[in-house]
Amino acid sequence: MTDDKVSENTFDIEALRAGEKGEFTRLVEAYSGSIYRLALKMLQDSQDAEDVLQETFIKVLNKISTFRGASNISTWIYRIATNEALMLLRRRKLPIYSADESFQIQDNDEQPKELEDWCCLPEKELMNSESRAYLDESIKALPYSLRIVFLLRDIEGFSTRQTAEILDITETAVKTRLSRGRMRLRELLSVYYGKQLKKLD
Amino acid sequence: MDNENKCAYLLDYLSDYVDGSLNESLCEEIERHIVECEDCRIFVDTLKKTIYLYHTKEKGSATVPNDVRKRLYKRLKLEEFLNDSSESKGNM
Ligand SMILES: [Zn+2]
Repeated sequence: MTDDKVSENTFDIEALRAGEKGEFTRLVEAYSGSIYRLALKMLQDSQDAEDVLQETFIKVLNKISTFRGASNISTWIYRIATNEALMLLRRRKLPIYSADESFQIQDNDEQPKELEDWCCLPEKELMNSESRAYLDESIKALPYSLRIVFLLRDIEGFSTRQTAEILDITETAVKTRLSRGRMRLRELLSVYYGKQLKKLD
Repeated sequence: MDNENKCAYLLDYLSDYVDGSLNESLCEEIERHIVECEDCRIFVDTLKKTIYLYHTKEKGSATVPNDVRKRLYKRLKLEEFLNDSSESKGNM
């Protein structure tokens, strides 16, 4: 997924600090797509996602003089973006879990229950439009703390270290949350694809 | 360790295992175990597949809709650069 990976683009920090619009536009072009996607998947609302996108780049513009270049510029921008998204979530006071009960999983129950081997399902079953919608719904079932880690690691392609830096948590915490998030998703997908498997029999 | 405890013990390492970031001795332990344990073998396979499906689904989806992009450029006072790539090239 190289086309989706957060590339280690190099930008002329001095030009950005000096307010050169051309260079800033390059930065916006490089990151706006993935930041919008991240915000959309976190907030599940296109207006909110647009707000996060705009606020992020306004803050980047205003704070670029404080960027020391110690961290990579992409982790710095994502740090601003995730803070914006989490702030908006807090303001909205959205329920932490999906309203749809079928997507809820007991919090303290990490034991795998679904052990259907659905890997052999044909690609057209795994990836038809209904399945894709189910994949999206399943992400909504993750509590925010797991969801953001899953999105940064498995969708945006950040490393464990970068994700830790963006969220200001330890690498161990990143690994733990990623593991829990992935396992919950696996569980939900197994319920769904397990049913598809039975239909095919 | 009986087999059930072994499954529970290894469970914590499976996410690192599918990332390839687990140390060698634990990797070998998992590989030995999943040869004998069908449940864990299925768990590992479906975990890998889960991650793969999300990768595949989101590939190339990092785009900003054109109207959103226009409003962003306006807010950032970058309208003069809007025509450079009007084909919504939010993709990296
Ligand atoms: Zn086992």
